[in-house]
Amino acid sequence: MVTQIHPLIKPANDLTREPLLRVEDLKAYFFMDEGIVRAVDGVSFDVMPGKVVGIVGESGCGKSVTMKAILQILEAGAKIVNGKVTLRSRIHHGDPNSAEELIELTHLHPNSRQMRRIRGAEIALIPQEPMAAFSPVHTVGNQIMETILLHQDVSKKEARQIAIDVFRAVGISMPEQRIDSYSWQLSGGLRQRAIIAMALSCNPRLLIADEPTTAIDVTTQAQILKLLRKLQEERQTSIIFITHDLGVIAQMADEVVVMYLGMVMEKGSAMKIFKDAQHPYTQALLRSIPSVQSHPRVKLPTIAGSIAHPFNRPKGCPFHPRCTHFMRGVCDASQPHLVEVDEDHFVSCFLYSEADGTKKMTKTGAALAKEESL
Amino acid sequence: MLRYILQRLILIPILLIIFSIMVFALVQAPPGDFLTSYIATLASTGSSLNQETIAMLEHQFGLDQPVHIQYLRWMQNLLRGDLGLSLEYQLPNAELINDRLGLTLILALFAFVFTWVMAIPIGIYSATHRNTILDYLVTVVNYTGVAIPNFMLALILMWFAYSQFGLSVTGLFSRDFEQAPWSIAKGIDLLKHIWLPMIVIGLAGTARLTRVMRANLLDELNKPYIVSGRARGLSEWQLVMKYPVRLAINPLVSTIGWYLPELFSGSLIVATVMNLQNIGPLLLRSLINQDMYLAGAILMIYCFLAIIGTLISDILLAWLDPRIRMEKA
Amino acid sequence: MMDSIEPKTLQPEGAAPLEKADPAIYPPDEAVAAPTEIFEEPLVTTQEEERISIASNWTLVWWRFRKNVLAVISTVILLFLAIVVFIPDFFATMDPEETNARLAFIPVQRIHWLDEGQLKPWVPSVVGKRDPVTLAMKWTTDEAQKTYIRFFGTSWSYSVLGIFDSNIHLVSAAKADQADDDLAAQIFLLGTDRLGRDQWSRLAFATQISMTIGMISVIVSVVLGLLLGGISGYFGGWIDNIIQRLIELLQSLPTIPIWLALTAALPRTWSPEKVFFAITIILALRGWTTLGREVRGRFLSLREEDFVLAAELGGASQARIIVKHMIPTFTSHIIATSTLAIPVMIVTETSLSFLGLGMRPPAISWGVMLQEAQNIQTLALAPWLLTPGLIVIVAVLAFNLVGDGLRDAADPYSH
Repeated sequence: MVTQIHPLIKPANDLTREPLLRVEDLKAYFFMDEGIVRAVDGVSFDVMPGKVVGIVGESGCGKSVTMKAILQILEAGAKIVNGKVTLRSRIHHGDPNSAEELIELTHLHPNSRQMRRIRGAEIALIPQEPMAAFSPVHTVGNQIMETILLHQDVSKKEARQIAIDVFRAVGISMPEQRIDSYSWQLSGGLRQRAIIAMALSCNPRLLIADEPTTAIDVTTQAQILKLLRKLQEERQTSIIFITHDLGVIAQMADEVVVMYLGMVMEKGSAMKIFKDAQHPYTQALLRSIPSVQSHPRVKLPTIAGSIAHPFNRPKGCPFHPRCTHFMRGVCDASQPHLVEVDEDHFVSCFLYSEADGTKKMTKTGAALAKEESL
Repeated sequence: MLRYILQRLILIPILLIIFSIMVFALVQAPPGDFLTSYIATLASTGSSLNQETIAMLEHQFGLDQPVHIQYLRWMQNLLRGDLGLSLEYQLPNAELINDRLGLTLILALFAFVFTWVMAIPIGIYSATHRNTILDYLVTVVNYTGVAIPNFMLALILMWFAYSQFGLSVTGLFSRDFEQAPWSIAKGIDLLKHIWLPMIVIGLAGTARLTRVMRANLLDELNKPYIVSGRARGLSEWQLVMKYPVRLAINPLVSTIGWYLPELFSGSLIVATVMNLQNIGPLLLRSLINQDMYLAGAILMIYCFLAIIGTLISDILLAWLDPRIRMEKA
Repeated sequence: MMDSIEPKTLQPEGAAPLEKADPAIYPPDEAVAAPTEIFEEPLVTTQEEERISIASNWTLVWWRFRKNVLAVISTVILLFLAIVVFIPDFFATMDPEETNARLAFIPVQRIHWLDEGQLKPWVPSVVGKRDPVTLAMKWTTDEAQKTYIRFFGTSWSYSVLGIFDSNIHLVSAAKADQADDDLAAQIFLLGTDRLGRDQWSRLAFATQISMTIGMISVIVSVVLGLLLGGISGYFGGWIDNIIQRLIELLQSLPTIPIWLALTAALPRTWSPEKVFFAITIILALRGWTTLGREVRGRFLSLREEDFVLAAELGGASQARIIVKHMIPTFTSHIIATSTLAIPVMIVTETSLSFLGLGMRPPAISWGVMLQEAQNIQTLALAPWLLTPGLIVIVAVLAFNLVGDGLRDAADPYSH
């Protein structure tokens, strides 16, 4: 089942150019009585060590499903139908000095021991709703220690100490007491910190944060983001940060992937995406963020229409029914491919690519006009 | 937690008083009493009692007193542990009941254990293997199990055993042991006979419990903490057994309280059909013959069991679910 | 994500689905494998979406309900039983009270549809022979002697719902008008009991009584539950407290013994009608508590809803808010819960009557009929005495399936 390409033992500085996680053409479909929902339809991106990749898109665009597919924890009825997910995994999970091997996660059985050992120890998840992510009838500490005992060869007592230490690391005061509380006894901010502590408890090298700040108020959100950023810098953890909030992405991410209906519309460095967005969808998203410079009492521009129903996915470019640059006979005829428009900046749009998938040599008038206006 | 239990404990005497009034009103309600029907029976056979004897008997049973005095006297005796005298059998009620109460409890306990031992694993299997052939089979059996009144099931099984094998599957003991004092051999004999009534009484409950367990578990399996647990690397078995099963059983535990008394009551009808020597047939007979103090005593026992059951389930639920435990503490 | 969508006839690729379609909901003929290419086309047309978006809640409930094949079949069974309830005379072949000791324990006569290749239904006649030793009658069916039966023949006259009179009966012996004593002029489709009464005709009348008791006691329960639960949840405060304690009190009573005592307390001299109503009230006395609790819970949560606040601010009266705004949000739920309560009532009545404490002869109910089946030796001799029990099981099953179907259909998130 396992494809061990070769154990890599290289000096650390050499490795920083090798991706920690590589997702290639990942497709995950839901098979339902009503038909097939192509929730993730050909997603590719890399996560470099110590970097934060932001994945952004409206609700229902397949962000969370992508993450579940990477961890192989898709719901019954959903299945990975194509693609390759390669992880640079430590041989001794959780040990920072361990030698490494390349593991193709997609080749592992979802319930296999090897896959389970990776979850939590190499890749950890910070789930969406911290309240619901904890069992209400077990203490927070019980659940964190469970993870530690599962992945590390320690005694119960040591596990408790580790849990208390992570609690302290994520800025929870009185960790010795708090560890014995139930999730519903903690405030929203503390709960969020506890769930981060649980994710960090086994020293994973990759964190997947699935809209971790959606459920909390703005002040706490800022604290949590600061904490994540701090922990990330201290531990050199990579983070995949999923959100629909471009503001959060701007604070957190080094790289940005813009998704729409299970496909990547645009990806590149955060700088490129925010300063030089090329895809009409990204441009529209950026226009709809309120900013200090906005004129008061002027309606923010919104994206016309709503995200298509999953069964009713438009043919061709998924965004064409809502696109201001829609070209009849082109955009609704076939799917565009990702093309590199600039160094490390990819766009999937017929404004920049030909129908055969090659890059357009000349920029269209519309694209040029957009560039000038920005 | 302790205060919560105390609160519930205070309720017990209050409930018992209310129930005793209801029970007394009930056994008092029928026009006439045992004596009148006794006299009528005697009259129909030609003999009769003279006025003096009637008055003497009335006085002996307190039937000449106003109703509220009768109630108070009854209550007084109950509190002293005196369940009164059976008008029909001319024996102390305590003696009549004592013989059969043990069997009632044993039978209910067997049926209860059967229900849980069957229902929980089947429910878990059914929920985790949703829409498989076995799951469908379980669903079909459940629907039928709930739909068959337990006395019908008893009748069908007895008829089947009798007409196919000429077996009489009634009673809890073989003839040799029926009147024998308790011994190991009698216990073994009981075990040989108890399984059929146990299944008959427990089947409907098993079906219901399986359905609830399956539904609860399916609900729990969709909760975000499942995703969180999987993402931490728990195996499916560890995950399902530790979290959702625990959470799905919690609400079921709260039903133990009313389910146990229900088993006592449920065995009442089956006991009549299958000729089981528990307090069910005794109650039925006393009600029909207006043996009011015996009926009253048995009804009070049922009420007491029901109250204790409710108390047990309240405590169990609080103990299992910290949300309740801490809120009410 | 996809709850409001009607299922398409399209199915996922043959091997791919992890979750198989529930055959109860999606009959196999719909399960046609479709090629992947089809998914390039929009699966839900705009008209379809339009149709769903304008459909009323009840229409949506019906659409979901009709997909549940078992529930639909059960509905048909219940409708049939309802017809029996309204016109039991139409189904009866003779007077259910008529006893004839000479005709005791006649076995079931099976209907043969064809006679010498022609459609001419008949039943084999029964021949009685007295056992010389035990002196008991032994009945055998004689296939050579045919009693022809006719459908929609005329016999005694009865009233249909008090509107008009009819004398048409579903089945009867072809020679029913002739001499009464002639065995060939009578048919016993489900045999006879100890007193020679015709089970088939008795069953028709028993169905009427037992079903009506179930329905009426549930209706009383619903009225009580809505009223008291509604008051409790809407007004809160001390009223709520009192009603809650009352519900707790009633729910902690040991049901069956108390029911027994209550029914035993009914005077023997009462007419069957009086007993009938007393039993419905007794059953409803505890039945309302479950619904009362549920309604209270709904009211409590609805009171906090914005649309109720909006109605209050709009100046609607309390009565109007309750009737127009709050109750409609859980009507379907109440109907489902009540449907599930009916079989409980039916089983209880049957059990009580079976013990001799519910309905009493001469009234006929399923439980009263089953009293005849108490003795196991009799049962071995005449197993057809158990047929009322089978009807009970079928009715209870049907009510449960319909109730569950309704509940699932009423819940917009169940899918």
